[in-house]
Amino acid sequence: MDELIIAGRSFKSRLMVGTGKFASNEAMVAAMEGSGSKIVTVALRRVDVDNPQDSMLKHIDPERYLLLPNTSGARDAEEAIRLARIARAAGCKPWVKLEVTPDPYYLLPDPIETLKAAEVLVKEGFIVLPYINADPVLAKHLQEAGTATVMPLGAPIGTNKGLRTRDNIAIIIEQATVPVVVDAGLGAPSHVAEAMEMGADAVLVNTALAVARDPGAMGVAFKKGVEAGREAYLAGLGKQQDKAEASSPLTGFLRDKN
Amino acid sequence: MEITFNGRPHELTAGTSIQELLDQLRLDCLQVVVEHNHNIIPRQRLAETALNDGDTLEVVHFVGGG
Repeated sequence: MDELIIAGRSFKSRLMVGTGKFASNEAMVAAMEGSGSKIVTVALRRVDVDNPQDSMLKHIDPERYLLLPNTSGARDAEEAIRLARIARAAGCKPWVKLEVTPDPYYLLPDPIETLKAAEVLVKEGFIVLPYINADPVLAKHLQEAGTATVMPLGAPIGTNKGLRTRDNIAIIIEQATVPVVVDAGLGAPSHVAEAMEMGADAVLVNTALAVARDPGAMGVAFKKGVEAGREAYLAGLGKQQDKAEASSPLTGFLRDKN
Repeated sequence: MEITFNGRPHELTAGTSIQELLDQLRLDCLQVVVEHNHNIIPRQRLAETALNDGDTLEVVHFVGGG
């Protein structure tokens, strides 16, 4: 498959994988390996000194994966900026998946706070990948602010509903000058294939892999979905139309009398 | 003296450094990031930064996320 390029760096996979909700670190690693992903997201939380846990980072080879910290849990720009700075201080490359989700029920991203945070973080030298609703105007504002991608949602996080925002994502893809990464709500390989067929540059999947009976095998299934969608997009899909168009000539039938 | 550690009150001896506190709590400084009164403290300065009564400390680490 052709390489994905974000902020001048190329990646051999167009499938990004989240690391949340897995039953074990082993299941997480199996999904990452099965998916062939090169970019994996992580979150920051307070340590729990009463329940010390093995660091999940020990299971992620930094030579093999770009660690993409997110700012999940941030309710406004200030909190998101704070989390991004902490992630960088942890030794991560200055890449950040910017998430500002003040609404705990649908986890929909706040467009105004996201744009504010993006402007600050870009100035501080971060490579910013903002999680947004599928709003083409907001996507334009963000790319003008200097974000490295835009990441419109297919459906709310963890819902597995697929590309409910399809029409707006099509407009974002048409207009974007930065890679479009469809994120959130993608629950099946057919969903990621659909996004890639439309011309999305990449997708991000977490819940669908984490909740699978076999996360490693599901990683492989999503990898195939992404590759099939991308290859079909590059090969050129036929246009949809209402009337039938026969695949064979409409002459020379047995009933024909000449 | 008392500080606020990750949102909860925490008693400790006056003059304790951040590194000493991390050691007491068995936290590996390579696995965490420390914010002291809202300022990120680089790892190399954890040992020289003393805690004072009323300080706020946030100690965070990476967890799974999407």
